[in-house]
Amino acid sequence: MAARTLTIDGKQVSADESATILEAATDAGINIPTLCHLDGVYDVGACRICLVEVAGVAKLLPACTTRVSEGMEVKTDSERLRKYRRMTLELLFAERNHVCAVCVANGHCELQALAYTLGMDHVRYEYCFPRWEVDNTHPLFGMDHNRCILCARCVRVCWHIEGAGTKNVSGRGARSQIISDLNQPWGTSDTCTKCGKCVMACPTGALFDKGATVSEMERDRTKLEFIVTAREKKQWIA
Amino acid sequence: MSKRIVIDPVTRIEGHAKISLFLDDAGNVSDAEFHVVEFRGFEKFCEGRPYSEMPGITPRICGICPVSHLLASARAGDAIMAVNIPPAADKLRRLMNLGQIVQSHALSFFHLSAPDFLLGWDTPQPRRNVFGLIAANKDLARAGIRLRQFGQEIIEILGGRKIHPAWAVPGGVRSPLSDEGRARIRAWLPEAFTTTQTAFDLFRKVMDSHKREIQIYGNFPSLFMGLVEPDGTWEHHGGKLRFTDASGSIIADQLDPQKYFDYIAEAVQNSSYLKSPYYSPLGFPDGMYRVGPLARLNVAEQMGTPKADAELKKFKKLGRGAVTSSFLYHYARLIEILASLERIELYMEDPDLSSEDLRADAGINSLRGVGVSEAPRGTLFHDYTVDRDGLLRKVNLIVATGQNNLAMNQTVAQIARHYIKGASDDIPEPLLNRIEHGIRCYDPCLSCSTHAVGQMPLQVRLIGPDGALLREVSRG
Repeated sequence: MAARTLTIDGKQVSADESATILEAATDAGINIPTLCHLDGVYDVGACRICLVEVAGVAKLLPACTTRVSEGMEVKTDSERLRKYRRMTLELLFAERNHVCAVCVANGHCELQALAYTLGMDHVRYEYCFPRWEVDNTHPLFGMDHNRCILCARCVRVCWHIEGAGTKNVSGRGARSQIISDLNQPWGTSDTCTKCGKCVMACPTGALFDKGATVSEMERDRTKLEFIVTAREKKQWIA
Repeated sequence: MSKRIVIDPVTRIEGHAKISLFLDDAGNVSDAEFHVVEFRGFEKFCEGRPYSEMPGITPRICGICPVSHLLASARAGDAIMAVNIPPAADKLRRLMNLGQIVQSHALSFFHLSAPDFLLGWDTPQPRRNVFGLIAANKDLARAGIRLRQFGQEIIEILGGRKIHPAWAVPGGVRSPLSDEGRARIRAWLPEAFTTTQTAFDLFRKVMDSHKREIQIYGNFPSLFMGLVEPDGTWEHHGGKLRFTDASGSIIADQLDPQKYFDYIAEAVQNSSYLKSPYYSPLGFPDGMYRVGPLARLNVAEQMGTPKADAELKKFKKLGRGAVTSSFLYHYARLIEILASLERIELYMEDPDLSSEDLRADAGINSLRGVGVSEAPRGTLFHDYTVDRDGLLRKVNLIVATGQNNLAMNQTVAQIARHYIKGASDDIPEPLLNRIEHGIRCYDPCLSCSTHAVGQMPLQVRLIGPDGALLREVSRG
């Protein structure tokens, strides 16, 4: 376990060699906006919101999947980064049908909160208005693909915390979608344990408690962390 | 990335309308049509959504009466779940609807209509609005604005916001009346009663000085429809439907709102996006009926509260059988404000409204559910068909303005016939305003938009017997 020393936003930071830039920054009290990242499960770098500038590297790198290295110089905030983060957000909004005003997650949505904090006041791209269905076949939960940003948090908690392996991603590009088992109605899934971890993990209104109305989906993610801490550290800290 | 922004048509159904007047060979008005030229499409784009989201989506139809859609939608959800909601939830929903009736009627009376009959029809147009009213009678205008605010406060106290609260849900409501909210409503009630009394005194004078308007502003026989309790008492949320005719006779009573399609059919006209519902046993157009304050007071035998009952007796004397002049919608509105205030006062003493048992829970127990509620401007139907997972497969909304469509056409024609005689192709502005007021009597969702204070964007077309457009005047 060797330590690495690097600079984040001009601040000298020391981190374990296995740490990501995001972890090092968080430990140092430096905030990097994230969306697909979820405490308790591994990172996949799906959303590109946490992009940072690293001196000597021409392209922008995702902080959540880039490991620290000795002497690294990281910038987490610049005009260029703000521009790309806003652009990424706008593309997410344009890709599916996000209607905050009538959404179950309105006011408790990470996508919406990011749009506010990153100053997204309009979307410059043409909305795609794709036709996606709502899967309301499950007895407890619903899945609205219109509001999905393909962060795959639900897939990760399903496989790596619950261990059921019900959720998966099918398809390519913008037509990718979250599926249950062999791309079948969620209510017919043999593997789903109805634990609700995917619903707790969802950053938007894509996964919801059945019957939820506008703004009613408030997520409690502390349970996910609680389970992971208990399993990995044998500490049951609520 | 540059993009051309084209606004066509300009939306907001509350604000945009067109009227066509058809002339015969002698240059007299033979017919009139009132067109709503906006298309909203709610019934279509809600398909595929979970029914539980509808109380959040449908209030977006209107910024003035979102509560009406919220409550009708929640009721339709109750019907799909096939539950009886907790009694406290029913009372709370009623309280919100009463607040909605007060605020909407106050808006219609003070902000939109009073400038016509209090300032005078020939008042120059720039002053014939709520600002003119403020200049002429500051205290009255302020009281009217405060009365509307009182109704909106009730909505906000219960729903957390004045416009588009997502508070009622299938199965009940989300939160009770807080002690602080109860105290605020209670403290404000005396002022609201005083303002209403002032409005009554004023309107009685208006009735004396507006005998001609009462005669020609939509004064014709028609059916009337509204909700009533089993004993015929005025009802606004719950109850069953009653139809009466122009003679005041009950032609159908205690009709189950869930089966509205057995007695209401909808005609579609090429000239307007508004559907025209009619009472199907009498066919189209004989089955024309009116809804809203005038209709509710015509079908009700009593209001159920003492002060409003005393006013209802006076109101009923204005007609032989039913009261048929649409100008008296204004009077009916005041009586409904009074009845609402009296009921709100009673609720302030009801401990149930602080109950925490507010939401029934159930799955999909019926694949079709109809929710009916009295919106300020008339009976509102939400009819949802869902699949077994609760996703909407068909949505039908019948709104008050649609049900008054045929009556509004006739009102416009009646006023136009009275004022346009001979082959004159000139339409003086005060006439335009009188025709406009014919529409305003019904307080449709067109004029109720706060954007249209005192005047709505209106277009009047004069069409000769050969179909040629003789003259077109537009305003706004």
